[in-house]
Amino acid sequence: MIALLRRDLQLSFRAGGGFGLGLAFFLIVTTLVPFSVGPEAALLGVIAPGVLWLGALLACLLSLDRLLALDYEDGTLDLLLTAPLPLEAAVSIKALAHWLTTGLPLVLAAPVLGVLMSLPPTGYLWLVISLALGTPALSVIGTFGAALTVGIKRGGLLLSLLVLPLYVPTLIFGAEAARRGAAGLDTSTPLLMLAGITLGTIALMPFASAAVLRMGLR
Amino acid sequence: MSLTVRDLTIARGGVPVVAGLSFMLEEGQALILRGPNGSGKTTLLRTIAGLQPALSGQIAGADDRIAYAGHADGIKAMLSVRENLQFWARIFGGTQIDAALDAYALHPLIDRLAGTLSAGQQRRLGLARLLVTACPVWVLDEPTVSLDTQAVTMFADAVRVHLANGGSALIATHIDLGIEAEVLVITPFRADPTDRAGASDEAFL
Repeated sequence: MIALLRRDLQLSFRAGGGFGLGLAFFLIVTTLVPFSVGPEAALLGVIAPGVLWLGALLACLLSLDRLLALDYEDGTLDLLLTAPLPLEAAVSIKALAHWLTTGLPLVLAAPVLGVLMSLPPTGYLWLVISLALGTPALSVIGTFGAALTVGIKRGGLLLSLLVLPLYVPTLIFGAEAARRGAAGLDTSTPLLMLAGITLGTIALMPFASAAVLRMGLR
Repeated sequence: MSLTVRDLTIARGGVPVVAGLSFMLEEGQALILRGPNGSGKTTLLRTIAGLQPALSGQIAGADDRIAYAGHADGIKAMLSVRENLQFWARIFGGTQIDAALDAYALHPLIDRLAGTLSAGQQRRLGLARLLVTACPVWVLDEPTVSLDTQAVTMFADAVRVHLANGGSALIATHIDLGIEAEVLVITPFRADPTDRAGASDEAFL
């Protein structure tokens, strides 16, 4: 399992591996927002938590279509399926590698982008906490979407359409926690809901992903 | 432990291609699978490797003992030859890759990125993967594609060593490998393509 994680991380740092793409996308989307809604700090401060969450979510989505498709194209998935490693473990590791290369950099970059968005000072901590809690769910759900569309050529658009509705609960509670934190309100309820969603998806989604992957590879 | 296939019926794309196939593969034995294009060789090998379910029949002795090699080699272009082999060795619980490098003369290429290798060299790397898996049953689909005669000899030698160590091999190929092996022609087991019983859900998958 560690071998698979190491290989995925190694590949993402090599040329064409896509590390940093999501981060750069997040950066560009968030810098575009002040251009589109105007530079008023008061307005930006209000919408900042929601915009940052939406940007992070879209950045996560960006790299999903290569998560399993590349392994499918070169035959690695077939060989992994015949390996002694359980497929559930393999997709969990793939999701973890996706989070480490996409979700974690987003969490770390969010405070910097918060400055660009005039996020109120009370909001930084809660923004980071909510993203750290929520982005693993985005990776795990995204892996499921990638598994569903694995046999489809150029399935990226279909993947987005399938995955985005599944991201709704995470987005609602994640952005709500960040918004309440920025407004100085109590954040425990949305954070608990967010943690519940993340833990639930981490526990259940690998089984769904492995099941659809087995069918997709027939 | 031998690999036993009894009364196997398999389908591709919802259409049965092979029906009522039975054979047994003992330790130290190789079986060459022959048949024209579209006769179901690949489907049979994928079914035995556990990549797709059979319509009916039993396969015994295949669990976690099979090293499968299909049309694609599972090689990452941006990893070196060494990294590719080490990855597969670790996945199958081993660490030693030297024997595999020796068998396919890959030592001079060890630090090259796999994406820069020629088709034949990539295939050699793909076949070297079989050696690092340490699995007793090899299930190989056209393993000699894009190999030159010298590399085919390396492959045949590797299979001989594998058989001598108690392994077994099921190989779909059209060329003569020069290995002591039984030949199984699957043409007589051709299924009636109009018989779609049990294949109804395939159309949706």
